[in-house]
Amino acid sequence: MDTGPLARVEGEGSLSIVDKGEGIPEVKLNIFEPPRYFEALLRGRRAEEVPDIVSRICGICPVAYQVSSLNALEGLFGVEVDEQVRRLRRILYYGEWIESHALHVFMLAAPDFVGAPDAIVMAEKEPGLVKEALALKRLGNSLMSAIGGREIHPVSLKIGGIYRAPSKEALLSLLPELDRLRGSVRNMVTFVSSLERPSLERESTLVCLHDSARYAIDGGEIISNHGLRLQPSAFEGTFEEYQVSYSNALHSRTRGGGSYMVGPLARFSLNFEQLNPVARATARDVGLKPPLKDPFQSILVRVLEIVHALEEAAGEVREYVEPVRPSVPYKPAAGVCYGASEAPRGILYHSYVVNARGQIERANIIPPTSQNQARMEDDVRLLAPQILKSDANTARRLSEMAVRNYDPCISCATHFLRLDIRKSRA
Amino acid sequence: MAKPRLGVFKFSSCDGCQLSILDAEEELLALLDKVELGDFLEASSTSAGAPYDVALVEGSISTPEEVERIVRIRKESKMLVALGACATAGGLQALRNWSRLGLVEPAVYPEPEVARAMEKALPVSDIVAVDFELRGCPVSKAQLLQFFASAVKGAKPRFPTSAVCFECKRAGNVCLVVAGGTPCLGPVTASGCGALCPSLGRGCYGCFGPSDDVNLDSYASWLTAHNVDRQTIGLLLKGANSQSHEFRKWVEKNG
Repeated sequence: MDTGPLARVEGEGSLSIVDKGEGIPEVKLNIFEPPRYFEALLRGRRAEEVPDIVSRICGICPVAYQVSSLNALEGLFGVEVDEQVRRLRRILYYGEWIESHALHVFMLAAPDFVGAPDAIVMAEKEPGLVKEALALKRLGNSLMSAIGGREIHPVSLKIGGIYRAPSKEALLSLLPELDRLRGSVRNMVTFVSSLERPSLERESTLVCLHDSARYAIDGGEIISNHGLRLQPSAFEGTFEEYQVSYSNALHSRTRGGGSYMVGPLARFSLNFEQLNPVARATARDVGLKPPLKDPFQSILVRVLEIVHALEEAAGEVREYVEPVRPSVPYKPAAGVCYGASEAPRGILYHSYVVNARGQIERANIIPPTSQNQARMEDDVRLLAPQILKSDANTARRLSEMAVRNYDPCISCATHFLRLDIRKSRA
Repeated sequence: MAKPRLGVFKFSSCDGCQLSILDAEEELLALLDKVELGDFLEASSTSAGAPYDVALVEGSISTPEEVERIVRIRKESKMLVALGACATAGGLQALRNWSRLGLVEPAVYPEPEVARAMEKALPVSDIVAVDFELRGCPVSKAQLLQFFASAVKGAKPRFPTSAVCFECKRAGNVCLVVAGGTPCLGPVTASGCGALCPSLGRGCYGCFGPSDDVNLDSYASWLTAHNVDRQTIGLLLKGANSQSHEFRKWVEKNG
């Protein structure tokens, strides 16, 4: 069977399952989103231009792209960013998590569970819920535009800091709505936890960032449930991308191993103790505890991460003090650099080679959807017996749901990779 | 009056401009109530299909399949609207138009023959007739809502294409170029963003493409006289709107 174009994913893809009547069926996630070659376009550009260019890779998680690139380049240039600026970047990033998760959970994924084709039809059955979900999404966007100037492709971040920091009053003006939603999000958690979900318990390699100070978002070291602990600089030595003939997005695997999973399920499983206490208590209320093995639980984890982001953002806004130095001067230096952060969908890894004139010589960007692609195919393969014996509608819905568990952002996943063949086969 | 049937289509792009429709949040449900959804793959798995009264097209055209698809959508649509800089002026991916694809592909894909793309990423109007353009990287949400309000009544709105400077002056900003020597495309870029970057103390980098009656040669000489080198000007113009006629002409002449 072939699903045809997948609806309610970000970007363009389709799924094909070939059942030969014996053995394991062949599953292919075809990403026909055209390549855009960003890594090549970055060559020769000045380091200072990178955050603005890479944000255009994804309209849904531009902040993740900006922050991962800043982590890499500021590391190389030895920039120490003011603590209040770091706080601002985090609030901006929490805004992106809230906006992106709200979009995914309520507008892209939830309609499946209530048997609606979209959130508009779902709104007829659940008007209050959809209205609150949109309010949540708007709050995420408001946090982003208060700090970034606008929510899609924000313009305020730069190497060394931020062009202009918002006033304390500007951020405080968002608190009443933020506090209101901290309360009403409970109804949304209840709604999502009441949805009847398929289940798929499976062992897998979970990978995410870990930050000793917080539930990792704007940086950290890479950890896994198999005891991995390494710096982002070791990423390409540990994981590899490979190309398949049927997709414009590169796949990822652990070197010498199989597929792995990044994103909310991995973060929740490995960093649970750092989740905000309110989110942890809410998790207990809905019976979720780490480690999680079922990708169909990811919709619920996303709502819990919204609870977390709301709590943390409220705390950061209250503690914010306008920075004395919104940005610090720096001198570009030549070298190789690495940066990572936790995009809403999982680890977003960047590396750059910068020359003595401060220009990009080489870029490598590995987005979460590329990393999860092999996993999505694995999941559909495991569900295949169930899918193949269902009627056409159920089969399509189940396979789309299996893909949507990963909230794949297909725009991000094409146009990537900058490993040469020998290296990727080493 | 029957509700106009809307199609939203994605080509080579980041999803940001069609996300701007979903970002209308409070207005979204009211807005979608005024139209019939013909096709909006990112938002809905249901579709009435062609023909469309209004087709919103995001992205540039960069593969042979995309050429076929945009030609088909043009035939099926009364009004075709290019949504955002990729559709109106190529987007960042069109920077490859200045290098040979053969040089670009191996940098991204180990086996480039497998990923099929055209040599160039093109604005929609290079392939089919476009009835209306919503500019910007991303588009302005305010302009998008204004467009919808007009389109459901069968009209086209008018947006100013005067320079960002006008918005900047109204915002009460001190001129970055004159006062600080900061390279800024404000004088040659169409308004629409509300002078976002200059209001944050940084130079405009041209998200809305060239403004009316732009004289880039004149502005470039003025900038160079104020210690901005030509390479910097070129890099600023080699952004999301690089394939707009005026920006492209300057880059091709001046390198």
